[in-house]
Amino acid sequence: MSYTITVNGASLVLDVPGDMPLLWALRDIGGLTGTKFGCGMGLCGACTVHIDGEATRACVTPVAAVVGKQVTTIEGIGSDKVGKAVQQAWLELGVPQCGYCQPGQIMSATALLRRNPKPNDRQIDEAMSGNLCRCGTYTRIRAAIKRAADTAGSPT
Amino acid sequence: MSMSTGLDSGISLTRRTLLKGAGALAGLALYLRMSPSLGAEEVRKYGADAMPGGTVDNPLVFVNIDPAGLVTITIHRPEMGQGIRTSLAMVIADELGAKWEHVRVTQAPGDEARYGNQNTDGSRSMRHFFAPMRRVGAAARMMLEAAAAAHWGVPVAEVAAGEHEVVHSNTGRRLSYGELATAAMKQPVPERARLRLKDPSEFRYIGKSNVPLIDGPDMVSGRAQYSIDVRMDGMVYAVIARPPVLGATLAKYDDSAALKVPGVLRVVALEGKPLPPRYNALGGVAVIASNTWAAMKGREALVLEWNDGDNASYDSASYRKILEAQARKPGKVVRNDGDALAVLAKSKKRIEAEYYMPHIAHATMEPPCATARFADGKCEVWAGVQSPQEARDIIAENLGIDNSRVSVNVPLLGGGFGRRSKCDFAVEAALLAKIMEGRPVKVVWTREDDLRHDYYHTVSLQHLEAALDEQGKPIAWLHRSAAPTIVSTFVANATNQSPFEVGMGAVNVPFQIPNLRVETAEVPAHTRIGWFRSVSNIPHGVATQCFVDELAAAAGRDPKDYLLELIGPPRRIDPRALSDGWNYDEAPDVYVVDTGRLRHVIELAAREARWGRELPRGRGQGIAAMYSFLTYVAAVVEVSVENGVLTIPRIDVALDCGVLVNPDRIRAQVEGSCVMAVSLATLGEITFERGRAVQGNFHEYQISRIHEAPREIYVHLVPSRFDVPLGGVGEPAVPPIAPALLNAIYAATGKRIRQLPLRDQLAT
Repeated sequence: MSYTITVNGASLVLDVPGDMPLLWALRDIGGLTGTKFGCGMGLCGACTVHIDGEATRACVTPVAAVVGKQVTTIEGIGSDKVGKAVQQAWLELGVPQCGYCQPGQIMSATALLRRNPKPNDRQIDEAMSGNLCRCGTYTRIRAAIKRAADTAGSPT
Repeated sequence: MSMSTGLDSGISLTRRTLLKGAGALAGLALYLRMSPSLGAEEVRKYGADAMPGGTVDNPLVFVNIDPAGLVTITIHRPEMGQGIRTSLAMVIADELGAKWEHVRVTQAPGDEARYGNQNTDGSRSMRHFFAPMRRVGAAARMMLEAAAAAHWGVPVAEVAAGEHEVVHSNTGRRLSYGELATAAMKQPVPERARLRLKDPSEFRYIGKSNVPLIDGPDMVSGRAQYSIDVRMDGMVYAVIARPPVLGATLAKYDDSAALKVPGVLRVVALEGKPLPPRYNALGGVAVIASNTWAAMKGREALVLEWNDGDNASYDSASYRKILEAQARKPGKVVRNDGDALAVLAKSKKRIEAEYYMPHIAHATMEPPCATARFADGKCEVWAGVQSPQEARDIIAENLGIDNSRVSVNVPLLGGGFGRRSKCDFAVEAALLAKIMEGRPVKVVWTREDDLRHDYYHTVSLQHLEAALDEQGKPIAWLHRSAAPTIVSTFVANATNQSPFEVGMGAVNVPFQIPNLRVETAEVPAHTRIGWFRSVSNIPHGVATQCFVDELAAAAGRDPKDYLLELIGPPRRIDPRALSDGWNYDEAPDVYVVDTGRLRHVIELAAREARWGRELPRGRGQGIAAMYSFLTYVAAVVEVSVENGVLTIPRIDVALDCGVLVNPDRIRAQVEGSCVMAVSLATLGEITFERGRAVQGNFHEYQISRIHEAPREIYVHLVPSRFDVPLGGVGEPAVPPIAPALLNAIYAATGKRIRQLPLRDQLAT
């Protein structure tokens, strides 16, 4: 069956079963490999994308469920003012090690800052605890979120 | 054809032959080299020279400059998060005099004959390649200078490289690196003895943190390419149902339902090889499909029957009893100073403790994944492996072709930690590519595949006894270590830890104790045992550093003072005097154990953490120090335990690795080490039932999340000194963290934790 979804503002036509997770549709069919596979059960956050601005785990979201909604991936988040600030803070503080989980971390952090421009530590914990990092970059992630909060100003 | 002569080449040949048969991996090489038949000390090589491929310092191999001045540096060591693509490039660029904004990197394929050793393991990259890469940069700089001098017709002594240009001092004439590039590449490569290296005071990048991560922009934008991101025309996707028990064989299978799943193209059985497992593919049934999801659905639809084999008896609860029984009786003596048994037997004050650590899984965030294409008798592979030349050799062996017909490209590794030292997943891709000849095949492991088919960090039981004198000082120390050995992965029925395992924190404790005995226990392995970042230093560190804390408590002494007293005054110890003939395969006269440096990091960490300060109820500090991977590290962990819930407000780590090449990445490695160590100390456990790993995903095998990680990590780096050899960085900060944490829990609660992970042991 064919589904048309909107990813980073562009239409993507997918001739896939409706229960295929958005993750694999984006990666294998759409060629958007920035969204990562880590667990397939919504446990690690590596596949985090925005659906109508909400941080969502693409590995447990069927393609059929996102028809008519706006999907934003790591490839598109830089055109968002907050997303850009988050990416910039990540670079300034040298957050990534292996880098594999960082697209998901950045998507979660951007969603947080868009709804809460000045999160405290507890709010950062709540928003980010679904994103695992095996390299252990958490202290820099926390610092980078605060840096981005300072630079992003109020969300557009 | 010339015959090489001399004992050296004869022994190298023997080793190479042995290695080819046994799996050709560094650790086993170390194991074999310790055996008497190979052990003629006078011909033993050390350090990078002892590694296959050694080092290469030819600038024409590593540096290319184009006419526009763009410098492209080839990085031969895989990038797995340690930042090596940035750091090695920094070293070359610094000596070269290149402007960083004109520097790019490219990743070398597996080819040790061309690039030197590529086995990225053992915290070796900078330790072994700092000097060669400095020479690469210096040689290239001198070739640019020579080209400029020739162009102007002036003596080379009158010209000097500056920033991306060469200047003629008398006339002020300048030529950019781009203008000189073509001519410079044709200059003879200067002899090593003629190279003019920079004085450290002239470094512009080395030792500074002024260079951004070279892959950073790609990593934050989703452009970075990992193995799982490889896409090729006509590529198909494979997911494999592997034997659930090590050594199990396929009895029968029914693929009729799997073949009906839309997108599934083919189902093939892959035969496993006989044990030992080595880096072989495990075998099983592969489902090949037009996308990953279809392959996964197809696998779910398979009906499989296995003959489980002998390892189906593996059960973690009963295996622990075997470890305990073996650790409580005499084992193989691997160090014996004085007569610890006699002193213990008649001691008035005798302390005993046992520490248990379970298997843990690497759980790299990118699960194992590889793509291969087989055509015209050649195989091209894209796989994030830590040792690409070994992967190439092993794939060639598996395909029955010469290794010159195999190429291994190395995308970024989404985490390594030792898991990607083992290229079984790349072998799978190659085998399937041969079956699907002409079509690229990507093999994707799910998280369940990863956690249930890892090369696990060894399970272990450490039994310790000490006799204290009237002042509470230990006069006898007995450490019996029981753990299935990594060697069992390569040599059938290996049951005892090897020199490289006991040389990680068990035999080489630098304590001044007159009667000191270390033994290993015979225990079998029933699963694949492999390296995990820091390896045996983790269980040995927990055992020795927690036991010292217990002795300090028994003596009524401050743990830090007691630890320092046990180490004794500053002195330089030949590692062989600590029964450490292995010594990370480094020369014992170059890499001595300097207790002064160990003392210094302990004092530094303690001072920065304000050790011993008054803390509120429920809070405590713990300390531990380890010398591992030739680097000195001490940690003070501060914990808070409230209503049975542990939080870690702060960790202070002091580290002395000799030369600090890229301080920001060293800090990052230490920070990451703290988190990984907290994770394994508090949450990580893989258990086996009926020979099968129980935990399948992150709800069962937990790793620390942001709220469970240390809130603040302060890294205190001992400033660079160039009169000592480089130590490792990727691993040595892990081992002291777990014991310091457990010691802090004792300080906060009075409760001794002797079994990892902590999980709910503090629940009241």
